[in-house]
Amino acid sequence: MTIVGDNAATTVGGLGPAGAASRGRRFDLRAAVFFAVVGLALLSLTRVITGANDITSGGTVGATITLAVPIALAGLGGLWSERSGVVNIGLEGMMILGTFFGADFAYFSHSPWMGVLGGVVGGMIGGLLHAVATVTFGVDQIVSGVAIIILSTGAARYLAGVFFTGQQGGGPTQSPHVPSFAQLKVPGADKFFGKIEGHHWFVVSDVAGLLRGITTSLTPFTILMLLLFPATWFVLWRTAFGLRLRSCGENPDEAESLGVSVYTMKYIAVTVSGALAGLAGAFLVDFAGIYREGQTGGRGFIGLAAMIFGNWRPGGLAAGAALFGYTDGLQLRQGSTSVHALLLLVAMLLVLLAAYLTWRRRVIPAAAALLGAALVFVWYSVTNDIPVEFVPATPYIITLLVLAFAAQRLRMPAADGLPWRKGQGS
Amino acid sequence: MRDRLNRLLLNVVAALVAAAFAGALTSFILLIRGDSPSFVLSQMWHYGTQRSTELSIVDGATVYYLSAVAVAIGFRMNLFNIGVDGQYRLAACLAGAFAGSVALPTGVRQAATILVAMLAGAAWAGIVALLKLLRGVSEVISTIMLNFIATSLIAYLMRASVFGHQHGTDTTTQPIPTSGQVGGLDLIPNSGGKVYGLIILAVAVGIAFHVIVNYTRFGFDLRAAGRSASVAQTSGVNVKKMTALTLLMSGAVAGLVGMPILLGSSHSFSAATFQSGLGFTGIAIALLGRNNPVGIAFAALLWSFLDNSATILDLNNIPKEIIQITQGIVVLSVVVAYELVRRIALVRQQRIVGRALTRTTPVAEGAPA
Repeated sequence: MTIVGDNAATTVGGLGPAGAASRGRRFDLRAAVFFAVVGLALLSLTRVITGANDITSGGTVGATITLAVPIALAGLGGLWSERSGVVNIGLEGMMILGTFFGADFAYFSHSPWMGVLGGVVGGMIGGLLHAVATVTFGVDQIVSGVAIIILSTGAARYLAGVFFTGQQGGGPTQSPHVPSFAQLKVPGADKFFGKIEGHHWFVVSDVAGLLRGITTSLTPFTILMLLLFPATWFVLWRTAFGLRLRSCGENPDEAESLGVSVYTMKYIAVTVSGALAGLAGAFLVDFAGIYREGQTGGRGFIGLAAMIFGNWRPGGLAAGAALFGYTDGLQLRQGSTSVHALLLLVAMLLVLLAAYLTWRRRVIPAAAALLGAALVFVWYSVTNDIPVEFVPATPYIITLLVLAFAAQRLRMPAADGLPWRKGQGS
Repeated sequence: MRDRLNRLLLNVVAALVAAAFAGALTSFILLIRGDSPSFVLSQMWHYGTQRSTELSIVDGATVYYLSAVAVAIGFRMNLFNIGVDGQYRLAACLAGAFAGSVALPTGVRQAATILVAMLAGAAWAGIVALLKLLRGVSEVISTIMLNFIATSLIAYLMRASVFGHQHGTDTTTQPIPTSGQVGGLDLIPNSGGKVYGLIILAVAVGIAFHVIVNYTRFGFDLRAAGRSASVAQTSGVNVKKMTALTLLMSGAVAGLVGMPILLGSSHSFSAATFQSGLGFTGIAIALLGRNNPVGIAFAALLWSFLDNSATILDLNNIPKEIIQITQGIVVLSVVVAYELVRRIALVRQQRIVGRALTRTTPVAEGAPA
């Protein structure tokens, strides 16, 4: 389900000649608020019916924020790169470089801020490498991405062995304890909201849980990272630079003919992409307070999935990352019970979808949605929990479903993934 | 013929230049830390050419070879099967559970196990084909997603209530009895062991790949569709059918990847033995070997040599992970080198065609007169 109001189909991504094909959708504040309120009410209803109190608890909200940020950053990296027409499946590798360099800088300088810088530096190295291979040499973008993942995995292992061996608790597979940011706790908020939450009132307690999660889990790093979303949106969609960059992803030949330096734009985009992925890695290190081998755990790929889920747009990407972060966070909080409760939510959502479709006189899809709702409800009623092993797969399954059923609504940049060489336009 | 030879030579030179570049960069990294590159190389060569190391090199290469061929089948048709990782693990899990629990006569049991693995791999790749053909989902994305879903599925399947079997601290499938295993071959004398018997399977797969792709109509259609789907479709190739078949074949071969290990050494499936990452290595090796069955064999041996001979470095206090950097650089520089060679060849071809055309032009002009 894409969060799009009917009146929201205003052109934003118009790119002159390619404009007709690249109609974006304006982020509609009213629609977003409406969906947020309905969503919260439904979640609350689910919680009251099932008694799975953790689905809106402050702990879950906090975990969601912490887990969603790295996914969102990796996705943002993918967004920058793909908007300029370069597919970047090397995000995972750049993230790995970010974890090592983040930990290394933070540890040897005793400052978490240097860790942030380290993440940027490490990721940028990976991004530059990808740019050299794909833009200058025209190597297949997927191939280069795979090579970068292999290279970064090895590089991080080697460098960790060189730098962390001999430090207290450090070695090739993990770093010593690194300094990290303290959480910015609003005084008294934990107790105050926690008390309201404890009453388990309909909606009120859920809002309290949301607020408690927000007021207790933010760090300066988190806030900085969250600000990157509006920043990206502004740069890419509201500046001449952003228009040029995106034009390279839509139609590089025409961009070139209009005087845009396509190579420069792609280089900038892919390097920024690497830096963002590196930040995602540094964030993981900062949260854990330590670098560990395999720490990224495929989050670069989930970021890519979130970007696709979000239709190559920052708002959608943020929603995707929040959703994936939420399913990730729920695992830590009574995983199988909580996710089982969500089945009821899915059933309710499908019923609402069926009602909407009926109203739009689309009877057959409505019937299909209703059937789906019935099936999910039966699944909910006959089982007591969901195999917890499947919970980590939720983001991937959702992405496949979105790709399979909402593919018509998705539109990636027109020249995404195509190698392009200067002066060869037809 | 001469042109073909030239092109082959150019490719070999490109590969050597890339290898030299990777070697130089690795030496540079070693020197930063104060290690001697020549010492590292001599240590690795010395250790890598010992009989017992050769044994593990061949074993490792067998597995890599199958993985790379699975990837190469897709590459030949311009399809990226990044999902070999998931396909091979799921196939090994199901085949392991099958071989451990279904009593069949010796011979039939092994064959059936291999068949189960191929079917499982093909089925998992079949989802990719369905998504691609019915809904237009790019196989790059769907295979990545399915890799992770496979991890979850395997974790579920390894529950005690499904296939799981507690074996010390490890959860495995029911161990395969001796009558269901495949014994080793004594290919390397005095090595104190035997290489995987299923190396024969790997060789057979390589030959079959070569014959099917180069000497059958199916292979011709496959390559044609890989060069240009629209041209192939116009000339009567059913591209959709070819896409589905290629993905299924690639998945079936991916299913074989775990078989030498399962039937030859581990004798049961466990998530710890059959780790993810083999699929990515397969992609790298397929690229190094230029999707050619012989090239892949060399690439797999090289990769496995680097893997195995590097273990000696740790004893000399040099992090053996340096070799993974080398491997990464090799892949990246090789693909860059091949791309440059392709451009050079293209320019040369254009020049030859241009020259041939200018030579015939006066004749063509003079003809009507």
